[in-house]
Amino acid sequence: MTHRLRLGILITPPLLVLLIAIVIPLAGMILFSVRADSFNLDEGYSLASYQEFFTDPRYLRLMGQTGWTAFIVAAVAVLLAYPVAYFLAFHSGRWKLTLIALMIVPAWTSYLLRILSWKVMLGSGGLLYSLLNGIGIDASSLPLLLYSPQAVVITLVYVWIPFAALPIFVTLDRLDKRLLEAANDLGASPLRAFWRVTLPISLPGVLVSFIYVFIPTFGDWVTPLLVGGAQGGILYGNIIQSQYTRALNWPLGSVLSIALLVLILVLLLLYGRITRALTGENGR
Amino acid sequence: MTTRRIPKTSVYFWLMIFFQYLPIAMLVIFSFNDSATLTFPLQGFTLMWYAEMLNSVQLLESVRNSLTLAIVSSLLATLLGTMIAIAVTRFEFRGKQALLALTTLPLIIPYIVIGVALLMLLRALDVSLSLWTVLLAHIVVSLPVTTLVVSTRLLGFPDSVVNAALDLGANFWTMLWRILLPMSAPALVAAYLIAFTISFNEFFVTNFLIGSDPTLPVYIFSQLRNTARLPVTITVTAVIMVASVVLLLVAASLTQYGRKS
Repeated sequence: MTHRLRLGILITPPLLVLLIAIVIPLAGMILFSVRADSFNLDEGYSLASYQEFFTDPRYLRLMGQTGWTAFIVAAVAVLLAYPVAYFLAFHSGRWKLTLIALMIVPAWTSYLLRILSWKVMLGSGGLLYSLLNGIGIDASSLPLLLYSPQAVVITLVYVWIPFAALPIFVTLDRLDKRLLEAANDLGASPLRAFWRVTLPISLPGVLVSFIYVFIPTFGDWVTPLLVGGAQGGILYGNIIQSQYTRALNWPLGSVLSIALLVLILVLLLLYGRITRALTGENGR
Repeated sequence: MTTRRIPKTSVYFWLMIFFQYLPIAMLVIFSFNDSATLTFPLQGFTLMWYAEMLNSVQLLESVRNSLTLAIVSSLLATLLGTMIAIAVTRFEFRGKQALLALTTLPLIIPYIVIGVALLMLLRALDVSLSLWTVLLAHIVVSLPVTTLVVSTRLLGFPDSVVNAALDLGANFWTMLWRILLPMSAPALVAAYLIAFTISFNEFFVTNFLIGSDPTLPVYIFSQLRNTARLPVTITVTAVIMVASVVLLLVAASLTQYGRKS
């Protein structure tokens, strides 16, 4: 049997599944986006949905608002995850792998159920509420609790911290420890060594983490539904979801999805550029 | 100094771990709480919600659907992921990077987009939605992870072992079956367990592709508006979370075992 035939036997089945489940559906989505009607093919093709996307200010405004929310969620998650990654990379010793597992495992259970658990945490009579009442603060006046934009941000930050820690950990773990010894020998204080050596080297990891949180936040629609409520506002994902459950406007849903994919593509290209610039500066 | 210095980041780390496990613990506590509302103070111990959970026909039906799906989809995802892993680690070919990029795609594209794109395609082809359509989605969503876990193991594999087998006259498939796959067994089991957990908990793609038979997460989501059922829903959630944590810890220790041996 030839080399090529073996390779063919190995890659054909997975390739077929990827084609059927990913490539063809995405190509089909482009076709759907220019259809005049969700179900009736006789209506022909039109660019009306694209026109609606660009002329109705709601869509672009929601994209901007979601971008802002996703930015805050990603920034806070990365900030809180950084020390976790730092500890795992430099101070966890021989328990490193066990501690990583301990951190990532709850995160890998269920996104839906973890959001649901925050509904219980933040709800009236929930843990936070009771704690605040217990120390004599009237919790009902606080904006942090259930059904607010803050609840959405807190829940998403909680969900993403473990995932944000991983890419940062990987860059810190690979860092040549001799660089820090050199900084120390040359008289740099630990803090200065961190600012001038550790942080710049870990920036590519920080960027990966940021994007890793930023992208799914755009597609989320369950968090606003479960913990955001009427005051919490919606995210971009909600408007896509509603085209398939309530409005049944598949062409518009396709346009909204394509716009999201284009945004992600731009982000990834930008990421590539920034990383190249960063690693260039570090002289690597 | 007489005492060993504990790094500040260590304290922070354990606080974060506490923060991550706290909501799960909260669900477990409320699942034993003798009250129809999820509020403090606790009202005493009960197994009522567990009894009610086990008596709910719809719920058990959805658990059965989810288990069947998870068992089958993770088997196929592990098989297909292993095929890709063998191809990219043991073969040189044009388009290798493209194949890897294609495999990673389900990680980059938001699940909502995968879900609605598949929904529209299936509808356009007049395929009615059922657990079969969900199966396809679950395989493709797990594929990046199974591929990654298995190829990490295969990359750490000395070429000499493989070449020795081939030199001694084993053909390629015998070598796979007798050498490569048995030696990657811990990674294969880990990949299977992770894919199992992904499938069992998947909601964001499933939600768009599900027919009339719900999976467990879809059932739970449909029950959320029903306030009277909330304690039972919480109990189910607690059971799944704890079971998933245990399963994943087993998977994690297996990948470590694989690395050491």
